[in-house]
Amino acid sequence: MSARISASFQEGRCSLIPFITVGDPHVDWTVDIMHALVDGGADLLELGVPFSDPMADGPVIQQSSERAIERGVTLESVLNTVREFREQDQQTPVILMGYMNPVERFGEADFPAAAAAAGVDGLLLVDCPPEEAQVLHQALEQEGLSSILLVAPTTREARLDRICGAASGFIYYVSFKGITGANRLDADALQAPINAIRSRSELPVAAGFGINDAESAQAVAAHSDGVVIGSALVKLLAESEDREDAVGRARDFVASVRQALDNS
Amino acid sequence: MNAQVQQTSDQPDESGHFGEYGGSFVSETLMHALEELREAWLRWRNDDEFMARLDRDLAYYVGRPSPIYYAERLTQHCGGARILLKREDLNHTGAHKINNTVGQNLLAWHMGKQRVIAETGAGQHGVATSTVAARLNQQCVVYMGETDIHRQAINVFRMRLMGAEVRSVTSGSKTLKDALNEAMRDWVTNVDDTFYVIGTVAGPHPYPVMVRDFNAIVGREARKQMLEQYEELPDALVACVGGGSNAIGLFHPFIGDRDVAMYGVEAAGRGLNTEEHAASLCAGKPGVLHGCRTYLLDDQAGQITHTHSVSAGLDYPGVGPEHSWLKDEGRATYVGVTDEETLAATHALSRMEGILPALESAHAIAYGMKLASEMRADQTILINLSGRGDKDVQTLAAIEGLEL
Repeated sequence: MSARISASFQEGRCSLIPFITVGDPHVDWTVDIMHALVDGGADLLELGVPFSDPMADGPVIQQSSERAIERGVTLESVLNTVREFREQDQQTPVILMGYMNPVERFGEADFPAAAAAAGVDGLLLVDCPPEEAQVLHQALEQEGLSSILLVAPTTREARLDRICGAASGFIYYVSFKGITGANRLDADALQAPINAIRSRSELPVAAGFGINDAESAQAVAAHSDGVVIGSALVKLLAESEDREDAVGRARDFVASVRQALDNS
Repeated sequence: MNAQVQQTSDQPDESGHFGEYGGSFVSETLMHALEELREAWLRWRNDDEFMARLDRDLAYYVGRPSPIYYAERLTQHCGGARILLKREDLNHTGAHKINNTVGQNLLAWHMGKQRVIAETGAGQHGVATSTVAARLNQQCVVYMGETDIHRQAINVFRMRLMGAEVRSVTSGSKTLKDALNEAMRDWVTNVDDTFYVIGTVAGPHPYPVMVRDFNAIVGREARKQMLEQYEELPDALVACVGGGSNAIGLFHPFIGDRDVAMYGVEAAGRGLNTEEHAASLCAGKPGVLHGCRTYLLDDQAGQITHTHSVSAGLDYPGVGPEHSWLKDEGRATYVGVTDEETLAATHALSRMEGILPALESAHAIAYGMKLASEMRADQTILINLSGRGDKDVQTLAAIEGLEL
């Protein structure tokens, strides 16, 4: 498992995990935006690898994904982006979030080493449950990469044992039944399922889906070790006018959430 | 050949793998729903009352068995093997699709799910789902790509007449694959009370095997009819393949009959040497799409590519995982037929037999005609005429420059 990921979760502090799509709003801005997110107080960065058929994503990330593909973003260029980010930042963990087919096409056997060499710390494949990923997970582990797995409100106990046994880095709790960016968050409903994960795993638990501002992040942070914010940030960046504006929006947004988390 | 021996295949394994294909590639939220569906299907498929009800619905509502018809003039025209047609076009709602929805909607009803959703390309599966939903008093939402809504306007209206809500999908290529994405998003959101009626033998386990089982009535019937009417099995089976449900339905009961050749006909669109086709088995590579590992059409970066076919029902970049397995095993052969050849076959069948085939099924007719002409007169080809062409009348007229 990635040392950078375990170091980024600290006792008594909720980790802030922003998500952006690589190459959106502009291919050349992504690395600057990543640094700005860290400046603003991000603890771990989640980079979206665009896919043509993102079944688990709402309209904001779908459209962001489509724009990035139009601009020529590929899994290979995502790795280049991480490599460039690592020239200045060796501390902040970076995980990739995406779908199975681009990894399959890159080569399931080649990908873990290439990702590790680029400075990636973990991989979350939305459409690849642990049952289908045993070979991939082993290869990732050999390269020191974490396999981030999802737990959902619909996950039953037997599967929860299995997921907790296979996951590394942290566990991503999907906060409601639905797609990314939907407005269905009920922070209080997170406590019981996150406790169920904690009783089975030492790993930190981050919650995502539907967290869109400082207030909702604060509410979720009461129950989890980390909060993931995706669609709200992607939308904010999509509306930016130029690189400077995008960088400023990224930093300010994360800083406002960080402040709320620190004050709670 | 011992025609009495019927071995069916031992695929898939318990977790839905046909060799290296199939499986369950979906987000965690749906894993429990799939498990629940697997258990329900295992339970009800062994329930005598359920199966008796299904048989009655197939007989008295769908109108089964569908006949095998000897296309005599077409046979003479091709000058080779005898051409027989399995008349799935005569089913209620006009295609094989209802074999599956009669089963799945009934299963939904037994599982206590009041709301059913479906994706549709040509609209046949949407019509078949909304039809059975009306009868079982289920709320029905059908997702359909904006492009397909325009080219299949008649079927859209039919669905609305049955009380279904048709939701236009404007993401991606605005066709079948995007409708499937959107249906998955609905399902993940409403998983507690919603049953997703998938229309083809693709998707996560158990859909490929469940949809196959419901459509295998086509092949079981055909096999029996061949033995009764002709006292032999056909030398070759021909069926069109988009996702591949009518083809698997016909093929599956014949898998153990090693002397029966099987041909799956994909949409070669404007040609396999162009980028405008939908032939994932002929021109694609194994990958992961819509919940299963299978042959698909993508670019070097793994992005699913836009497909083209004159028939909306074949306009899909993936294919059912069992077909991928049959291809690799060499048990079935997959070929492509272009838009142009399809249109010629549509006219040929209409003029010579008075049967207007669906554009999807006309792909099978086109290849069957070609194959027949290369075979001997004492040989027999059975083509699955999977649907009728009433829904395509506007498309056909538009190609001839007419507006109806």
